[in-house]
Parts: sequence; C-alpha cells; structure tokens
Amino acid sequence: MLAYLIRRALYAIPILIGVNLLTFVLFFVVNSPDDMARMNIGVKRATPEAIERWKVERGYDKPMFINAEAQGRERFTNTIFFDKSLRMFALEFGRADDGRDIGQEIRDRMGPSLAIALPTFILSLLVSISLALLLVFFRATYLDFWGVVLCVAMMSVSSLFYIIGGQWLVSKMWALVPISGYAPGLDATRFLLLPVVISVIAGMGSSARWYRTIFLEEISKDYVRTARAKGLSELAVLFRHVLRNALIPILTGVVVVIPLLFMGSLLVESFFAIPGLGSYTIDAINAQDFAVVRAMVFIGSVLYIIGLILTDISYTLVDPRVRLE
Amino acid sequence: MSTQMNFQPVLLWTDLLLFVLLGAAVWAAFHVRSNAPLREAWRKVGKRPTGMAAATVLLVFVCIGVLDSLHYRPVLPPVHSSTNGADSGVKPAAPIYSTEVLSVLDALLEPLRARTEKTYSAPFAAQLYQREAMELPDGRQVRAYPRLEHGAAHLDEPSAERGADIAQRLVMGAGQAVWVWMALFVMLATFVYRGSGLRWGEVAVAMLSGRTVLAWRSALVTLAVILLLVGICLELAPLYHVLGTDKVGQDVLYLSLKSVRTALVIGTLTTLVMMPFAVALGIAAGYLGGWVDDAVQYVYTVLNAIPGVLLIAAAVLMMQVVIDTHPEWFDTAAERSDARLLALCFILGMTSWTGLARLLRGETLKLRELEYVQAARAFGVKTPAILHRHILPNVMHIVLIALVMDFSGLVLAEAVLSYVGIGVDPTTISFGTMINMARAELAREPMVWWSLAAAFCFMFVLVLAANLFADVVRDAFDPRRS
Repeated sequence: MLAYLIRRALYAIPILIGVNLLTFVLFFVVNSPDDMARMNIGVKRATPEAIERWKVERGYDKPMFINAEAQGRERFTNTIFFDKSLRMFALEFGRADDGRDIGQEIRDRMGPSLAIALPTFILSLLVSISLALLLVFFRATYLDFWGVVLCVAMMSVSSLFYIIGGQWLVSKMWALVPISGYAPGLDATRFLLLPVVISVIAGMGSSARWYRTIFLEEISKDYVRTARAKGLSELAVLFRHVLRNALIPILTGVVVVIPLLFMGSLLVESFFAIPGLGSYTIDAINAQDFAVVRAMVFIGSVLYIIGLILTDISYTLVDPRVRLE
Repeated sequence: MSTQMNFQPVLLWTDLLLFVLLGAAVWAAFHVRSNAPLREAWRKVGKRPTGMAAATVLLVFVCIGVLDSLHYRPVLPPVHSSTNGADSGVKPAAPIYSTEVLSVLDALLEPLRARTEKTYSAPFAAQLYQREAMELPDGRQVRAYPRLEHGAAHLDEPSAERGADIAQRLVMGAGQAVWVWMALFVMLATFVYRGSGLRWGEVAVAMLSGRTVLAWRSALVTLAVILLLVGICLELAPLYHVLGTDKVGQDVLYLSLKSVRTALVIGTLTTLVMMPFAVALGIAAGYLGGWVDDAVQYVYTVLNAIPGVLLIAAAVLMMQVVIDTHPEWFDTAAERSDARLLALCFILGMTSWTGLARLLRGETLKLRELEYVQAARAFGVKTPAILHRHILPNVMHIVLIALVMDFSGLVLAEAVLSYVGIGVDPTTISFGTMINMARAELAREPMVWWSLAAAFCFMFVLVLAANLFADVVRDAFDPRRS
C-alpha cells in the first residue's frame, strides 16, 4: 500500500507541473505584463512610467524565461517563470496587491473557511443520505414520488436565491441571527448557524436525488434479494447491506471534495462576510489581483490531488476486497 | 426616394452558432424519422406527461430566444445640415445605422423597451417608488410620490379605478388566450388525426382525456397555462409595468424576457463548442489506447485538478484583458458583449468537456471489445471508418444525455458567475446581472423585491423544465435505465 501511495504521490508531480504551466500560459503569455498593468491601473492613467512602476512593484519587469544579463544560476532563477511559477512548489506565493504576504493570509483565513465548510459538509452528508434512504424505503409510493419532485424543484433554484431568501427571512424578518459577519472562537456559532443551514438546504435536492439513484441501483441486485429471502427486515437490508455497498460510489464523489473544504465556498462566504478563503478569492477576482488568483489555483489543484489519493485510501476502508497494489 | 433598407441585419457570433445548432436539430429530426430505434426512444420521451409538458415550456423559451437572436441595426433619421442651404445637388448620403443593435424581440416588445421610468416602481404601480420634491400649483414644495410617466398613465384616479381596470383586462386577456388555445388545439388534433384512422371527434376527445399514446393532454394543459399568462401580459403590459421597473426605470418583464436568450446561449452553446473536443478526444483515447490515451487522460486530469470556478475566474480575467486592450475589434457595444458571452461559453466548455470525454472514453473501451467491432477490424476496415460507422453512432446517446443534463447546471452557473463578477458583460441582460442589481436593494425599506422575484420565477421555470426534460430523455436513451 505504501508503495502504491508513493507512486500516486509521484504521479501528482506531472499534473501539478501541468497546472502550473497552464496558469503561467493563461496569466503571462496570453497577455503581456504590460497589458495587465494597463488594465489594472486603468487605461486612462496608464503612462509608461506608471506601467513600469507597477511591473517593478510586482516583479513583472524581469525577463520571461531566461535572464541574459544575469550570471550562473541567476540566468534561470531571476525570471518571471521561476519567480511566479516555480516558487509555488515551495508554497511561496509572493505578495498580494495590497502588499500582504499571500501565504500568511491563506493560513489566517483557512480557519473561518473550515469552520463553515466542515459542519456544512458533515450535516449535508447526513441529511441527504437519510433523506435518500427514506425515499428508497418508501419507494414506488406517493411519498417517494413527491419527494423526488421536491428534490427536482429544489435543485432548480439557484443557490443565490437560497442565500438571499434565507438572509431575508431569518435575519431580517425574524431577526434570529445577525445578517453577516464573523467573530473568532465560540462566538462564531451565531454567525455560522444560518450559512451552514442554508448551504445544507441548497445542496439537499441534487445530492438526495443522486444518493437515491445509487441506492436504487444497488437495491435491484441479487444479494439484496438473498438478504430479504433470509428474512431480514427491510431496515436491516437497507442499513446493513445496501448502504454499505453503496458507499463506494458515494465515496467516489464525496471524499475528493474533503480537502477542497479548506478553500471555502465563494458564494456563502461573500454573502455572509466571513473572512475565509472563498471571500478572499472573490475579492481578488473583483480587484483583479492576479497573484492571489494564481495562488488559489495552485492550492486548489494540490488539494484536489490529495483528495484523489484519499479517495483511493477510503475504498480500502469500506471494501475489504479493494487492495492498493 | 431611394430604396434603402431601414435596417441593417447584424449576425453576431452567438446568433450564428445558435442557428447552426437549430439547423443541426432540424437535421437530427429528419434523421430520427428514418431511424427506427431513435424514433422509438423519442416516442418514449413523448409518452411521459412530464416530458411533453417540459418540452412545451422549453419550446416557448426557445422561440423567445430565437426571436431575440435576429439582430439588426435600425437606420438613424437623416440629419439635416443647416450650414448651407445649397444642398439640393448633393446626393442623399448613405444611410447611417445606429450603433445600437436591436433584435426582432426588441421590436415586438417596443412598448416595453421604450417606456422607461425614472427609477424603481412596484408591479402595477401608478407612482414612483421614491418620494421626490414636487412643486404644487400654489408654489409650495412638497415631497410626494410622483405619478409614473407610463405605468397606469391611462387612468385619471389610479387608486380608485385600477382594480376594476386590471380585472377587466385580465378577463379580456384570458378570453383571447382561450380563443388562441382552441385554434391551436384544432390544429394539433388535425395533425394527430391525419393517418390515425379514427374520426376527428374521437381523436379530439382522446387527446383531452389523456388516452393518446403520446401525452398530448399534458402538452395542451401546459400550453393553456402559458397562453393564459401571455394573453394577460399582452393586455396589461402595454399599460402597466406588470413586474415593476428596476433602478434605471426599465421594465422588469422586458429584462426577464431578454435574459432568456443569454441563458439559452450559455446553456446550449457551451456544450456545442466543447462537444467536438470531448467526442474526438474521448473516442480516440478509448479506441486507440496507448500514448494517445495517456495524453488525453493527462490533459483532463490537469484541467480537472483546478477547481472549476478558479479556472473560469482566471480565464475570464485574462479574456477581459484581451477584450479591453483590443477595442478596435468591435464595431458596436453589442458585438463586444457578444464576444464576451461567446468567450464565456468557451471557457465554461473548457472546464466541462472533461466529464463527457471521460464517459465517452469508458464507453468506447467497452465497445471496442464487442464482436461487431472486432469483426470490422478483422475484415480490414480502416480505423477512421470503424470510429465513424461503428463507434460514433453507439456513443451518441451519451452525448445527447450530456447535452440536456448540462443545460440546467450551466444556466444556474451563469447567475452565480455573473454575481462573482466573472460572468457575462455587465451590459448584457441576463438573470445573473438582474439578480446582482436587485440584491443591493433588499436592504431598502420598503423592500424592492420584484426584480428578484421575476428573475427567480423565470429561472425556476426554465431550469425546472430543463431538469424534467433531461430526466425523461435520460430514461429514454440510457440503456441501463430501461
């Protein structure tokens, strides 16, 4: 198993290099730093001096790949490609436009992001799976039919409306929790309650329906009929047999997002003014802070690859037949 | 005088692609007619009441979208030069066309488009939402709600007459809707009656009581609801702002109808532009295997590794720079925002083709081991011919399912992306920009709720219909679900 994991981790390297090259091409080859400077400063105020200053401040004034003026190793290290792209592998992201260190900012903002993403993740998993099991238990009845209709209706509503509606109803009309904001420590619960509940409800429709499909596929298999023939109760069949066997397809979709929870949710964090990585990303997009967006792309892909490896490991936990060789 | 056109047709890129798609759909319909298994699968779609109802709703939205895709530039009224009077010998100058690009839908909705107010007004309101300083006839200044310029302007005493007026027009609109519905019903029944071997009356009764093979009744009921709404709007919309007006006084109903095209473009063209890549790479990877497979898998793992929103954000930011640094590429503002819309489709396609490619690769891996493909290979049929004749037709159902399944997700994504600021151009009317504008006003007292409500309703109906239709299509075409 260890050998397998090491191989998987090594396989991650070419993928990360690919991500890195892709972002480099997107950010530096499609547009020259001059174009970005002009855009960032504003076309009207973009004098050659201002552009030059902008580039020097951010280190974009260096040559792209090879620095002909420098000596020795500097020829390659004192370039945009090395500075902005390769340094990311060492988790050095440089500075944002406001002068703050991106790495430090990311470490600071991880906490609030997790505080909201983790409860959301666990709760929605529990709620959706229970709901799906309920629908499967009452399959081919009116409850099942209208349950599915409700799921389809719920997944047809944009998540924006869940957030806007929830904020309006709970915070403004009933004034139960503050509309937005964040406080460190235990005090955070009253700020986190509403966003977590809204996120769970917003995702419920599609995930409950998806789990229901998985369960239904599983329930038509032979071993389920055998289990029933043994005289097991329907509940025992569902929980002990169907749920366990359906875990593999469920894990495939679920485990891979666990590491990405660190990144937070763009929408929820920005609506509820939670100082996490999601709102950091949105602010960076709106301010056209390219360095931050680049850093988030890189971190996101690292976390995704970790998620893939975790998925493989989780298979061995739920299915003794799976061996990672 | 001269026979000059008073408009200049404009073909935007998204228009062109939409018409290509429409042409492909018509061609596919003919293909289906001559292909028994395909006809049977579509018949399954038609048998389901939800399928027919959803298809009817989608058809109406498509009609709106197509009308909104026939663009033109109206001619500007000739400018009379006052510098010298001796212009009798001068030939009439070439017509100058407006830089504003309109569509046929705009022309049809001219009363809605042109009748703008100063700012917000509630649905059916006669007065502006905000108080303004007004001067009374005796010269005193008061702060009061001014009457709207257009909304309910035909009434002298709105507070007293409005209820009765609206009720009367509701009945008239409903009456017209009934007539149109009956006419359409007669046409449909005649269409079904031809070749059925029954009497016309029997067919009509069977259609109404839901005893036909295809679920005509649900289509007719859906049509009745839509016609009722359209009829009422036709009566009321020219006189009132049925859904209110937004911040700059534009009619919200007009904005909602215009948003439909943007949603359709994003929902369909994204899949259309990514499909060639996904099909070619997915099939090649599955059939050829070896290094091709490795390369394709590498590419889509890399693209998958980047969280979708971030990849889209990065690409959109860069596209914005390209568009902003090349203003000379575009004649009109409409062309610029259209380019951005199309680019957004490409960017969304770039992030979403991987899923389809993976599915196609898996299916091709299965197909290439089947006897008929092996036999073709043994007979020495060339690889391109095998791919084209044996593999492609047998994976097309996956492509079709992907096309309809992705639609609703893309429409929802547009709204979110526009909110984040990486969606369509802010000047493009879309559900996302509507929500974005309306969101800031929720804190007001009393609340400005109508823009949001309108966007919510239109989006909900569109996405719900798309979801239901996608389900039915998947059930009909996916062999595992039969």
